[in-house]
Amino acid sequence: MLAALRQQFRSWLFRPKIESGTVTLNQRRIFIIPTRQGIGFVFVLLVMMLGDINYSLSLGYVLTFLLGTTALMTMLHTFRNMAQLDIRAGRAESVFAGDMAQFVFHFHNNGRLPRYHLKLHDGNGHCVTFDIPAQQSVEIKLPLPAAQRGWLSSSRLTLFTEFPLGLYHAWSYLQFDTRCLVYPKPAAPQPLPASPEQSGTGKFIVSGDEDFSGLRSYVAGDALPRIAWKALAREQGLQVKQFNAQQGQALWLDWALLPVTIEHKLEILTRWVLDADALGLRYGLRLPDIELPPEQSTTHRVECLRALALCGLPK
Amino acid sequence: MKLDSTLNTHLVYGLLICVVLICAPHAEHLPLWVNSLSVVLLGWRAYLAYSDKPLPPRWLLLAIVAGSVGGILINFHTLFGREAGVTLLILLAALKLLEVRSARDATIMIYFACFIMITTFFYSQSILMALFMVATLLAILTTWVHLQSGTLALRPRFRIAGILLLQAIPLTLVLFVLFPRIQGPLWGLPQDAYASSGLDDKMSPGSVGHLALSDAVAFRVAFDGQPPQRDQMYWRGPVLLNFDGHTWTPGQRDAAHIKPKMDNLEYPIDYTVTLEPHNKTWLFTLEMPTHISVPAGMTYDFQVQQNSPVTSRLRYTAHSQLGYRANTEEDTRQLQRALTIPRDLNPRAQQLAGEWRANSGSDAAIMNTALAYFSREDFYYTLSPPPLGTNEIDDFLFGTRKGFCEHYASSFVFLMRAAGVPARVVTGYQGGEYNNYGHYYIVRQSDAHAWAEVWLRGRGWVRIDPTAAIAPARVEFGMAAALPESDSAALPLMVRAQSPGLINAPSWLINLRFNLDALNFRWNQWVLGYNPERQFAFLSRMGMEEITWQRMAFTMMGGMALLAGLFTLLMLRQLTVRNTDEAQHLYLKFCRKLSSKGIVRGTHEGPQDFAIRITQIKPQLAPAISDITARYVALRYGNQFDTGAMQALRRAVAAFKL
Repeated sequence: MLAALRQQFRSWLFRPKIESGTVTLNQRRIFIIPTRQGIGFVFVLLVMMLGDINYSLSLGYVLTFLLGTTALMTMLHTFRNMAQLDIRAGRAESVFAGDMAQFVFHFHNNGRLPRYHLKLHDGNGHCVTFDIPAQQSVEIKLPLPAAQRGWLSSSRLTLFTEFPLGLYHAWSYLQFDTRCLVYPKPAAPQPLPASPEQSGTGKFIVSGDEDFSGLRSYVAGDALPRIAWKALAREQGLQVKQFNAQQGQALWLDWALLPVTIEHKLEILTRWVLDADALGLRYGLRLPDIELPPEQSTTHRVECLRALALCGLPK
Repeated sequence: MKLDSTLNTHLVYGLLICVVLICAPHAEHLPLWVNSLSVVLLGWRAYLAYSDKPLPPRWLLLAIVAGSVGGILINFHTLFGREAGVTLLILLAALKLLEVRSARDATIMIYFACFIMITTFFYSQSILMALFMVATLLAILTTWVHLQSGTLALRPRFRIAGILLLQAIPLTLVLFVLFPRIQGPLWGLPQDAYASSGLDDKMSPGSVGHLALSDAVAFRVAFDGQPPQRDQMYWRGPVLLNFDGHTWTPGQRDAAHIKPKMDNLEYPIDYTVTLEPHNKTWLFTLEMPTHISVPAGMTYDFQVQQNSPVTSRLRYTAHSQLGYRANTEEDTRQLQRALTIPRDLNPRAQQLAGEWRANSGSDAAIMNTALAYFSREDFYYTLSPPPLGTNEIDDFLFGTRKGFCEHYASSFVFLMRAAGVPARVVTGYQGGEYNNYGHYYIVRQSDAHAWAEVWLRGRGWVRIDPTAAIAPARVEFGMAAALPESDSAALPLMVRAQSPGLINAPSWLINLRFNLDALNFRWNQWVLGYNPERQFAFLSRMGMEEITWQRMAFTMMGGMALLAGLFTLLMLRQLTVRNTDEAQHLYLKFCRKLSSKGIVRGTHEGPQDFAIRITQIKPQLAPAISDITARYVALRYGNQFDTGAMQALRRAVAAFKL
């Protein structure tokens, strides 16, 4: 009951508010409480105080008061270390699932005071520590794991500091509308689908000998018709014939070509998009909900990857 | 959130410096083996940090801890008490440093260092120690900031630590003055909590003489009005009645019901004594005291005593009468006691006293005969008397004839008693040196003295100082003047300096020493002696009425809040930089003046357009308007900045009236 109330209070107090644009940390955004070490220090001071009283140590009083007031004043120093910072979320570059998404934040320190040892972390132990010199801006990258394709939002981040003595913990919640597009994880290297003209038939067809470009080692999943049986007969190991589609011919990377599960299909298609782009082919992408006509350009590649990332997901 | 698994080498060096600083003041009183062990442990830690080697295994450290505890037990026979406790803390600090692995350990180390700093004050609370404390605190804070800031360079860390300390000082001042003081102790103190040096309540040959070599301050006295003559300054301490042939001890306490009585009082004098703690119950006053400002009683033999030992510096004002008749009607039992001597010892002295008794008509005459005897015969006043045999008095009177004040007081009282005159030994201090810079007298341990009191019918107890008969200079100028030169050379400088005839130290050095003592006096009075009574006196003098602890706490909080608020303002000002430039600020002021008369500048309107429009409305103001506009445009959009032009604009705007 009490726990539920407290939870409710906390969620009201720290209610999420998604920000866009520049956020300035003012006193309403900064929370501050003593740390465990701070409470420990109070005990040390109390023991010292008892000693002072018992032994009438005047200089002991002075020492205890100096330490006590220093501890008290560090609350202000801790607060000041993050107050009036301007924070703006930057563009997060798209990554493939399984990589780390680099969320970018721009911190601007408008004051004449350098800020030390600020830490930005998500709730799951991903943390970055940085300083901001006086009247300067810094760009902070917070790497967060991108597990799934689709949009990855930075969720609620916490900016905190315990500078200068670690007796107080000042923090502020940051929830920007920044998000990072996560492409499907590319599948293991795959041969590209065959001849563009016969695409859609669901078969891999070996094109003419003139298109033969070489042999490479067999990788699990290679289509049987492409295995170089002759090479195997010559005891050269299991090899796969590679063909170059001719320039000017369009290659269709088709969802329907692949007989595996949705996610695996997307992974293979991602691999194909990357390979086709790397080979400089003109390729089109056909997905259940979208069809991108064949083209060869960086923009096209990004569009294809984006379509793959968001296939079946809200845009 | 995650702490560094290995600590920065520089942080370890910082911690090492802190531990060295907190241990250094203890070095002089710790046993040699503790000092050596600490140096070895700290050196070892420094080497490990320097060579980046792993810390020693835990079992080894535990073995060293066990060894240290054993060593302390052998050395001090206990683990508790001041000496043993401090030794243990210091060894533990050095050992803990060999175990500091994480940031958490380092934090504990810093807390530990703060705590050990307090133990330093058991031994010394001098000004020098206070300065050293501030330096140590600065080192600790710098290391502490390092711990929390990772890679920050030394200079900014030092600066932050300095700012923290500077801000703490005014707040500490408020707390120090207003924090409601509680008189300690809260629990029983170990016996060795206070060093005691000074007079004992026993006297045997050599017991006063060993104090002569100490220039430690016993107490300081400030007189209201004219100070008395030096030969009147007898600071009465323990009165000794019983003699066993070697040692004098106080009389029985069963005489507590007898009230001391004084009459024929004259020559009143008022003064304030600041007594150093001596761990004994008696307070020193000029003979004879009639009033004292602290709760204390007077025994039948005119000793002023408190109920509890003086364990902290005590300040009291007292009123004495230099002329008096003390107990003219003395209790017969007391007189009987003042006549008791061990009859089987010192036969020659008893025989001499018997002769005096036979040849003299009165007690007073016997007394004078004895004094004449001391001054006539070849007695020497010396710090290094030869050893005496079983019959000490006989050996001294008829053999060595070299002695310090306790020899003279003791043999004089013995002779008096043997001749049937009631007499007793009084110990205390005699004289004092004047400090020109602080206008008070310093009474040092070297001023310790012993004299005699003789009871004469009709005159009561009369003070007789046999030492004065042998070495009058002792009473008039102080001990150093009375001693032969070979002896006085052994005395500390400040003891020698008292006697005007004997100054052989440069005068600037003496002046410096006096200045320092004056400073120390103020320090002792205002900082170290700031106890509940003094706090009360100070606050009432500052105009606080009805001093209760609530009121003090309230004022304290108010003062703290005020200062903290001031610091907040100053500190937060650094966060934002005024962006609007001054020219714009002035121009906006000009626009406000116009808008108050209904001429409002549109958001689309530039300064030039606006100027044209208002000149049409108010043609009489055209020169002022064009002047201000031109200046503003030049300042804000021109390339040059010029303070003169800014001032001209400010004046023009200020002079602008509608």
